[in-house]
Amino acid sequence: MTITKNTDPSAPLLSVEDLNVRFPTEDGLVHAVRGVDYTLRSGEVLGIVGESGSGKSVTSLAVMGLLPASARVSGSVKYRGQELLGQGDRAMSRVRGKGVSMIFQDPMTSLDPVYRVGYQIEETLRVHDSKLSSKAAQARAADLLGMVGIPNAAERVRSYPHEFSGGMRQRVVIAIAMANQPDVIIADEPTTALDVTVQAQILEVLQTALSETGAAMVLITHDLGVVAGIADRVLVMYAGRPVEIGGVEDIYYQPRMPYTLGLLGSLPRLDSSTKQRLTPIKGSPPSVVNMPPGCPFAPRCPLHVAECDVAEPDLVEVGGGHTAACIRIDEVRKAGGEAAAVFDEAADDRLLGSEQPADLAAAAGTADAGAPGDPVGERTDPTPQAGTGSLLDATTTPSTTTDGDRR
Amino acid sequence: MTATREPILTVRGLEKHFPIKGGGLIKRVVGAVRAVDGLDLDLYPGEVLGLVGESGCGKSTTGRAILNLQPATGGSVKFEGRELVGLDRRAMRPLRRDIQIVFQDPYASLNPRLPVFDIVAEPLIIHGLTKDEAELRERVRTLVETVGLNPEHTNRYPAEFSGGQRQRIGIARALALEPKVLVLDEPVSALDVSIQAGVINLLEDLKERLGLSYLFIAHDLSVVRHISDRVAVMYLGKIIEVAPRDELFDRPTHPYTQALLSAIPLPDPRMERSRQRIIITGDVPSPANPPSGCRFRTRCQKFAGELSDTQREKCITVEPPLESRGPAHQSACHYAAATKVL
Repeated sequence: MTITKNTDPSAPLLSVEDLNVRFPTEDGLVHAVRGVDYTLRSGEVLGIVGESGSGKSVTSLAVMGLLPASARVSGSVKYRGQELLGQGDRAMSRVRGKGVSMIFQDPMTSLDPVYRVGYQIEETLRVHDSKLSSKAAQARAADLLGMVGIPNAAERVRSYPHEFSGGMRQRVVIAIAMANQPDVIIADEPTTALDVTVQAQILEVLQTALSETGAAMVLITHDLGVVAGIADRVLVMYAGRPVEIGGVEDIYYQPRMPYTLGLLGSLPRLDSSTKQRLTPIKGSPPSVVNMPPGCPFAPRCPLHVAECDVAEPDLVEVGGGHTAACIRIDEVRKAGGEAAAVFDEAADDRLLGSEQPADLAAAAGTADAGAPGDPVGERTDPTPQAGTGSLLDATTTPSTTTDGDRR
Repeated sequence: MTATREPILTVRGLEKHFPIKGGGLIKRVVGAVRAVDGLDLDLYPGEVLGLVGESGCGKSTTGRAILNLQPATGGSVKFEGRELVGLDRRAMRPLRRDIQIVFQDPYASLNPRLPVFDIVAEPLIIHGLTKDEAELRERVRTLVETVGLNPEHTNRYPAEFSGGQRQRIGIARALALEPKVLVLDEPVSALDVSIQAGVINLLEDLKERLGLSYLFIAHDLSVVRHISDRVAVMYLGKIIEVAPRDELFDRPTHPYTQALLSAIPLPDPRMERSRQRIIITGDVPSPANPPSGCRFRTRCQKFAGELSDTQREKCITVEPPLESRGPAHQSACHYAAATKVL
């Protein structure tokens, strides 16, 4: 038990400093995580949000020491003051499940299909307590299953994973994660594979698990609704780096990084009956292979100025415990959380390569000329209201014209 | 506004049952997965009808059965008065000009070996809609522009485009024949939120400009509320509630609709934390063996918590029909009552 003996009770539960993960590939070094820092205090729920490819899952796998051997990891991950990076598998096994445990996205693959679910829970218990009798382990497994809301738990421990539905399997995975009363649970998209009604059940079970074990949680998700309901603090990731960290209300009501603002503005709202246009972010996230200097969000950012391309901005303090990585924080503040004030509503997706406005004008001219004689173009809808007509009117759309203006 | 006009697409009693075959040498049919089991829908010209439900409720199968991609096993689908059920591929082909589909997965729905030009041009060539090469080029160029892509890049392959761009290519292909009805099968579910918003805006623009009607199939109710004029909720192969958009979201009458709306997390910390949540138990039952009477009763919060035993008897024995709950608002529950959940 070397690792748990050396822990420092005054140290934060989990602290990650300057974590970098690089994967060598044929196309060059993929720098998937580029300097992540965070601390997790006891009893806290930290939400990590970001789009696919932003490095949120790789960050958590690095914390657990679960990355493939080819990954190059640097920086520091401390659990109660004890360094985890560079620890061997044996030492890590004592932390995994007991100190820090993990819930994966896909409950279909995180359980072993050839073992009974009860056995899989008992295994976790016995790994950390060799004196535990098999009878006691069985009883505890049934208890845990009951705790995560599986009816008839004493009998269901004898079931195999395929006998359970997706939501039930995720409950089993949560039971395994909480079996040894861990201090930290890292949940990587725990509800993404589930339907909403089941998601609501699982989120409730997760909250039960947290209150039963007193654990802190890192919740990784792309769903801003889930984070709003459960997280105390939120870390927004973009292109492998945190771009904004703050209390949940600061992030949702006073975002300071244009990306956060854009992300919130691009969400359709279930609770709003006004048919307000969404404000998409143009373009798509950058590839993390051979990143250019400067802010990684700059090519998509409506507030982009030349200075943004000089160096990647550091996280700067914008309020109590709220930091954002942007040099134009004041402009974002003026938007008052309204994405539409900053983002171009007609942003589209034609960012692949660059084109000249002249090119667009030429396209518009030829298209108009082609319209009248076109046999297909004449096939308009018989209903008068719907008869705005043929596709060949298309080049006069707002999206096309504003796109030219933007450049 | 829509109620006075004739629907462009009418679906009545649509059924799609997949046979379950037994093991052994002779694959005897031992049962059926009743994926779509007696479904009625009307789609009016210029309308967006949202079709929502959880996975396995039969919403995608409905879309495919309407298009005859998976022939229905019963019922009727009428497009402008013409019956589509039972038509073979040949007879269906001219109708494909009027009804097109956009699929969920922009990675699987585009042929990776064809450049974008060929993908978008293919429907035009098949239907012989262009006179010559120059006209074809012009049409493809316009289509690609319409969906917000750079027409200079049509010689590239799908792999060179991002998910959002690929979905735009899929939309351009569907628009090539200038259809009247588009079936959109989860068109934005595979996309990240920042990209998704752009595609939703595009779909809204196209609808207005081209006078299209959409059957918008999705599981994300926030997206559905944003884009739809009317919304139909499906559960286990049946429509359980249908209403104009705001009516459905503000005054849902079916317990399932209420639970579904209440389960969706709102991206607003203060509201999300002060909400009363209805949490229903269990998972969707197997469509091979749906519960008797009301199909939702096994998970229903009302059945479990509010009804007396005599009231429950009706849920167990009598299947509730869709009944009117107000203007253009119908739901299938014996004890329907409007509740505000948002």
